[in-house]
Amino acid sequence: MNTLELKKQANEIRKSIVTAVHGAKSGHPGGSLSAADIYTYLYFAEMNVDPENPKDPNRDRFVLSKGHTAPGLYATLAHKGYFPVEDLNNLRKVGCYLQGHPDMKHIPGVDMSSGSLGQGISAAVGMAIAGKLDGADYRVYTLLGDGEIQEGQVWEAAMLAAHRKLDNLVVIVDNNGLQIDGDIAKVNSPYPIDKKFEAFNFHVINVDGHDFDALAAAFAEARATKGQPTAIVAKTVKGKDVSFMENQASWHGSAPNDEQYAVAMADLEKVGEALCQK
Amino acid sequence: MSEVKKIATRESYGNALKEIGAENPNIVALDADLAGATKTSVFMKAFPERHIDCGIAECNMMGVAAGLATAGKIPFASTFAMFAAGRAFEQVRNSIGYPHLNVKIGATHAGISVGEDGATHQCCEDIALMRTIPGMVVISPADDVEAKAAVRAAAEYVGPVYLRFGRLAVPVFNDPETYKFELGKGIVLREGKDVTIVATGLCVAESLAAAEQLAAKGIDAKVINIHTIKPLDEELIVAAAKETGKVVTVEEHSVIGGLGSVVCDCLSAKAPTTVLKIGINDVFGESGPAAQLIKKYGLDADSIAAKVEAFVK
Repeated sequence: MNTLELKKQANEIRKSIVTAVHGAKSGHPGGSLSAADIYTYLYFAEMNVDPENPKDPNRDRFVLSKGHTAPGLYATLAHKGYFPVEDLNNLRKVGCYLQGHPDMKHIPGVDMSSGSLGQGISAAVGMAIAGKLDGADYRVYTLLGDGEIQEGQVWEAAMLAAHRKLDNLVVIVDNNGLQIDGDIAKVNSPYPIDKKFEAFNFHVINVDGHDFDALAAAFAEARATKGQPTAIVAKTVKGKDVSFMENQASWHGSAPNDEQYAVAMADLEKVGEALCQK
Repeated sequence: MSEVKKIATRESYGNALKEIGAENPNIVALDADLAGATKTSVFMKAFPERHIDCGIAECNMMGVAAGLATAGKIPFASTFAMFAAGRAFEQVRNSIGYPHLNVKIGATHAGISVGEDGATHQCCEDIALMRTIPGMVVISPADDVEAKAAVRAAAEYVGPVYLRFGRLAVPVFNDPETYKFELGKGIVLREGKDVTIVATGLCVAESLAAAEQLAAKGIDAKVINIHTIKPLDEELIVAAAKETGKVVTVEEHSVIGGLGSVVCDCLSAKAPTTVLKIGINDVFGESGPAAQLIKKYGLDADSIAAKVEAFVK
């Protein structure tokens, strides 16, 4: 997929995110939209995965450590072909397999159950260690929120990842700058994020999380990095491409009503149309 | 009973891990800077590449174990019961229990028999915590023979298992030639008609000795060893309750939520019976030699016999 195609795919994924959360009347749109380009790049350009064979032992793995942005992951998996896009309409509904947070037991393509912040990265470290033990060449990716890295367990995991020289592991931080209670710098600042991972012996790359060319360069650099894990700190906009959600902490965990949904979809249609004229 | 061999079940754990590790290359051991104490050091010496020391970070260790399990490994995550079930409870629940991953938790230093280290390290709540997690198997072996068999059974079973081991050397009363471990099956060690003593862990040997004392006083006690707390052998417990009319539970664990509660949960529904729960009575432990603490907290044979006698009369 070229950059334009990736942008179009991300736009479709954003529409599905907003539609799923609107249908569920709950969920986490802000951080799903901020990470939509990252999800898109991972599943449509970076990772060696096959929706026809979701349990392939040689596949690359992805752990959504910031599990509350499951709508973003589910929309991406659906568009990739793991399950029907229409199923997103039943997100968070009783009896539907699309749980509020990722559930590996029931959702095709989900490599690890997650949602309690700080825990996913540990599982990703375990997968990367397993890859090293087996001499397998699969890679492991995990996406964390910038608020999530306030959890101490993240740094327990980071210390072990670097100690064991897990160069098959990429930790991505979705740095949208907002958490439930507001600006991460005001709640309990995790900055400087890059310096912290550097101090933990990671190879660190700062990147614009909405620039596909920059993401491509970053993931290529991670792949070329040997002897240490890579952290990609992706600067993003929470609620990206939905006018009234952008940079608003209040859209961390609430669903748009019918009117807001119409505005959101119009915003995204506009982005999509602009891409078609390129 | 004078020349009975004594071995701590944590020793059995390390030795068994090494044995099954030789047979199955997918077995890996994780530790959190306590390899010498939990005895995963025995495994480490034999298979250094399959021993992952996570340092003093138990919560991360549980998550790493979960990740290893998703990739087909059979991880045994080891630390003291306090940190395995206590500190890392939520990681065990959400990263291991919820996805029902094939992780074995080897929790050593359970109960007050930790001894001199005192209350901060004497976990008497782990059975209660672990048994509330859906799908978690909880095993509390009584001696070396049973502990080794339990480790093997846990490795063969697919799904999360919590294994409870002790620091203190305890009598080996099972015969390795004839002993058979069956997950979820209790073992009748002594027949009796007046009362049933249901015990687990190091309290099994003490209960057997108590039954001998009671016999001398004309009280005929049946003794059941419950090594698998969850799933409980309900059939055996119900039958024994109906047979003897009275039931006593004995455990080196809080009387809140442990074996006593498990047995009461079962009997209240299936065979209402008066039950005396012997255990740690909603208090913290303290420092001191293990044997003295066991006596002080009423878990030795003399104390058990006295309590059962008073209960039966």
